Amino acid sequence: MAVKEAAAQHAAGVHTADHESTYSGGLWSWLTTVDHKRIGIMYAVFAFFFFCVGGLEALLIRLQLGSPENTLIDPDLYNQLFTMHGTTMVFLAIMPLSAAFFNFMVPLQIGARDVAFPRLNAFSLWVFVFGAFFLNASFLFGGAPDAGWFGYANLTSTQYSPGVRIDFWVLGLQVLGVSSIAAALNFIVTIINLRAPGMSLMRMPLFTWMTFVTSFLLILAFPAITVGLVLLMFDRTFGTSFFNPAAGGDVLLWQHLFWIFGHPEVYILLLPSLGIVSEVIPAFSRKPLFGYPFVVYSGILIAFLGFGVWAHHMFAVGLGPIANTVFSATTMLIAIPTGVKIFNWIATMWGGSLRLKTPLYFAIGFIAMFIIGGLSGVMHSSAAADLQQTDSYFVVAHIHYVLFGGVIFALFSGIYYWFPKITGRLLSEGIGKVHFWVMLLAFNLTFFPQHYLGLHGMPRRTFTYQEGLGFEAMNLMSTAGSLILGFSILIFLWNVFHSLRKGEPAGRDPWGGATLEWAIDSPPPHYNFRVEPTVHSRDPLWAQGGLDVDVNDPRAPEPHMPSPSWWPLILSAGLVIAAAGAVAKSLPVVLAGAAIVVVSIYGWAFQPLER
Amino acid sequence: MQEDRRPTRNALPILAIALATLVFAGCGGPFPQSALRPSSDFATSLDDLFRGIFFWAVIVFVLVEGALLVAVFRFRDREGKREARHVHGNTVLEISWTIAPAIILVLIAVPTIRTIWEVDRPTTDPDALLVEAVGRQWWWEFRYPELGIVTANELHVPVGRTIDLRLTSADVIHSFWFPRAGGKRDVIPGHENHLWFKMDSVGVFPGQCAEFCGLSHALMKMEMVSESPAEFEAWVLAQQRTALGTGDTAPPQDEAAAEQEEPRGADADPQDEVTEQSREDPLGPELRAILTAGNQAFMQSGCIACHRIAGTPAAGVLGPDLTHIGSRRTLAAGILENTPENMARWLRNPAEVKPGVLMPNMNLDEDTIRTLVAYLESLK
Repeated sequence: MAVKEAAAQHAAGVHTADHESTYSGGLWSWLTTVDHKRIGIMYAVFAFFFFCVGGLEALLIRLQLGSPENTLIDPDLYNQLFTMHGTTMVFLAIMPLSAAFFNFMVPLQIGARDVAFPRLNAFSLWVFVFGAFFLNASFLFGGAPDAGWFGYANLTSTQYSPGVRIDFWVLGLQVLGVSSIAAALNFIVTIINLRAPGMSLMRMPLFTWMTFVTSFLLILAFPAITVGLVLLMFDRTFGTSFFNPAAGGDVLLWQHLFWIFGHPEVYILLLPSLGIVSEVIPAFSRKPLFGYPFVVYSGILIAFLGFGVWAHHMFAVGLGPIANTVFSATTMLIAIPTGVKIFNWIATMWGGSLRLKTPLYFAIGFIAMFIIGGLSGVMHSSAAADLQQTDSYFVVAHIHYVLFGGVIFALFSGIYYWFPKITGRLLSEGIGKVHFWVMLLAFNLTFFPQHYLGLHGMPRRTFTYQEGLGFEAMNLMSTAGSLILGFSILIFLWNVFHSLRKGEPAGRDPWGGATLEWAIDSPPPHYNFRVEPTVHSRDPLWAQGGLDVDVNDPRAPEPHMPSPSWWPLILSAGLVIAAAGAVAKSLPVVLAGAAIVVVSIYGWAFQPLER
Repeated sequence: MQEDRRPTRNALPILAIALATLVFAGCGGPFPQSALRPSSDFATSLDDLFRGIFFWAVIVFVLVEGALLVAVFRFRDREGKREARHVHGNTVLEISWTIAPAIILVLIAVPTIRTIWEVDRPTTDPDALLVEAVGRQWWWEFRYPELGIVTANELHVPVGRTIDLRLTSADVIHSFWFPRAGGKRDVIPGHENHLWFKMDSVGVFPGQCAEFCGLSHALMKMEMVSESPAEFEAWVLAQQRTALGTGDTAPPQDEAAAEQEEPRGADADPQDEVTEQSREDPLGPELRAILTAGNQAFMQSGCIACHRIAGTPAAGVLGPDLTHIGSRRTLAAGILENTPENMARWLRNPAEVKPGVLMPNMNLDEDTIRTLVAYLESLK
C-alpha cells in the first residue's frame, strides 16, 4: 500500500522530504552553496531588488519631469539618478536576471547535474552582488556617478568630474565585468561538455542556444569596455591623457571603445529574452518551434552583426559620409534576422492550439512591443534621419520598447513559465493576468508619448524643460504612466508572496512542456537527474512514449554533488575591497584586497571538490 | 473553457484605450522646437527621409501586428479543438519572409544613402555665410569672422542664405541642435565639425544642446533669429559699432574697430550722426550718471576678467561677449527673458539660475546691481 502510494506520488512529481533539502539549511548553506539552483535563485532575488532600485530612480526622474521647470529634484541629484538608472538596469537588473535563468534552467535543459565549474559559478554571483552594492555605496560617499551610463570622455576627466563619483563607476563596472566573463566562460564550457547523450547542438532548447550565443558575446564584448575603463582609470588616477584633447588625447577614442562593447551589450540583454520567448510560444501553442534552424541561425547572425554596428550610436559625431553609410547599412541588416524570428514565432502560433496562460500573455506582449521597438530601431539606422532622433526622447522611447516592452516582458514570461519548476508552486493566473494588462497599458502610456516628445525636440538627459515648447501634456502622461507601471510591479510581488504560500502545487510538468526540465520534480532535487536521460529529438518529452529512462528512478544510486565552499565568497570580497581601496586612493587597502584574493585562490585551488 | 474567452472581451476596450493613447499622445503644441516642422533645406531633406521610412514602418507595423492578433484570436484553444499538427517549418515560407524585409530595407537604404551624401559633406555654396559656434559649459558663443561680430546664445541668420557653421568646443562634448534647422552635430573638443543649412522662413527658432555636458546641460539653450536680408544687414551694422554709452569713461576705440568705421563714414552712413549726437549727450544728466556709475562698477568689480565689451577696457574671453547684451532677447543661454529684473536676479546669484555656472557670486550690493543692470541693458 505504502509502496503504491509512494509510486503514485513519485509519478506525479509531488516532492518528498528528500527533495525539500534543495533549499533547506540556514544562511550559512546559502553563502557557501555551489548548487546552480540556489545560485540562480540568489541571482534572481538580488537582480529583482536592483530592478526595484532602478525603478524607483526612474520614478523620481519621471516625478521631476511631470511639470515644466519643476524643482522637486535638483540637477545634481537628477544627473546621478539617470546615470544610476541606466547603469543599474543594464548591469544590475537585466543582465543578472538573465543570469538567474541561465543558472537555474540551462543545466536542467541539457540534462546536467550542475554547471561545469560550480565554485566559479558561486564566485560570479558574489562578485556581482558585492560589485552592485559597491557601485550603489557611492550614494553614501559624496554622490553616485553622474556622467551617464555611457560616461563620455572628457566629462569623466578629473577636471570636469572631480571627486570619487566616476571612480566608483569605473571600478564598479570593472568588478562587474569580472563576474560576467567568469559566468560566460562557465556557461560555454557547460553547454559544450555537459549535454545529455544524444543532445546534439541542433537539438538544444532555444533558451540554451541563446545562452550559448550570449556567453560568447560577453567574452568578446567586455574586453573593449575593460580597455576603455583602464585608460580612463589611468587618466584619473595617474594623470595620463588618453582622453584629454588639450594634451593630445582624443575624446572619440572612448566612444569607439565604449560602443564596440555597448552595442553587443544590447544583444547581451536581448538574446536571452528571445530564447525565453522561443521556449514559451511552442509550449503554449502545443506545437514545435516553427523553423528551428532559422531561429537559431538568426540568433547567431544578430550576435555576429552586433559587432559591426557600433558607430550607429555616433551618427552625429561627424565621422563622414562613408562611415555613416556603412554603419547605416550594417544596422539595417540586423532587421532581417530579427524579423525572421518574429515571423517564426507567429508561424509557431499559426495552426496551434493556444493555451492563453500568463506566460504566453507576456510572450505575446513581448512580440507586440518588440515590433514597435524594432521599427523605431530601423528609423535610427538611417544615419541622416537619425541626426534628428539621436539624443532625443525618441531614442528613450526606442530603448524602452526594446528593453522594457521587449526584454522585461520576456523575463516576466520566463518567470511565470519557470516559477513552478523553481518553487513547486504555480503563480496565480488571475493576478498574473491583471499584472499583464496593467503593465502593458502603463508601459505604453509611459513610453509611447516619448516618441512624440523626441520628434518635437526634447533632448534626453535634461533635468527640466521650459514652458511653451509643448512638452507639458506628454510629459505628464508619461509620468502618470510610470506610476501605474510601478504599481504593476507591486501586483507581481503580491502574486509571488501569495503564490509561494497558497499557490497551486505544480507537479512535474504543469504546462506540458517539451524540454528536459519538465521531466524532473518541482523543485528539482539537488542533483537534478537521478538517472541521466538520453535525447533523441528536439522535443524529447513530446516524443512518442517520452523519455526512455525514468530520470527520477528512486532505485538508482543518489549522485554525489560538490561540497560547499567559503572561498568564492571570500575571493569576491577581496576583489571588491581592492576596488574600494582604488577609489579611496589607499594603497594599503588595495594591497589588503589583493592579499585576500591571492590567499583565497590558493585555498580554493587546494580545497577538494568533494569532502 | 470560459477562461479562454475572457481575453476577447477585455481586449477590445483595452485596444481602444491604447489607440486613444496613440492619438492623443501627440497633443500639446504648438511645438516651436519640433523636428516635424522643418524650416530649412537641411531639415526638409531629413524630414522627407523620415516620412518615407515612417510610411514603410506603418505598413510593416499593421501587417505584422495584424498577423500576430489574427494568430492569437484564431488559434486560441477552444473546447473540442483538435490537437495542433506538429509542423516543423516551411523552407519556402521562411526564405520569402527573409527576402521581404530585405526588399523594404533596400527601399529605405537608397534614400538614406542619398541623403547622407547630401548632408554630411561640406557645403559647396560660394555665397555661404561662415559662423563659428563654440560650445561652452553651458552657453554658446557665435562668431562671424567675416563680419567681425562676436555674440552669445543668439544666432542671427539671413533667410535664404546658406549658413556654414564651424563647430568647436572649449571644454566638453556638446551637440548643436536647432531641430527646425535640421539635425544635430556634436561639438567636440579637439575636433572641428561642420554643419550647413539655409533657412526658408523668418522667425525665432529655439534650440539647445543635445549631448549631456554636465550639471546644467538642460539649461544650455539658444535661439536662432532668422530674418530678411535687410533686417540681418541692420543687425550686423548695429553689432559692429560700439554700443551707446560705452565710451564715456573709456579710452578711444581700438584701431580695428576704428578702421571698420572708416569706410562707412565715407558712405555718409547715418551712423555718423548718431555718434555726433551722442557727444551732445542725448541721455540727459540723470541717466548719464547712472550709466557712468554702472560702467565704473563693471570695470572695477572683476567683471572684466571674463567679459568683453568692445570699446572699453573689458576684454575677458572666458564669459559671453557683452558688447550688445542689451540687444539680446534672452539671458543665461536662453533661460531668462532679457529684462532688468532677470538681469538683476542673475547678478545677485548666477548659480541660482544656472547651477554649476563658472561665474561666481560677486556678492554685489543692491545699488551696484541696479547701476550694473542699467548699464548692461543700455548696451544695445
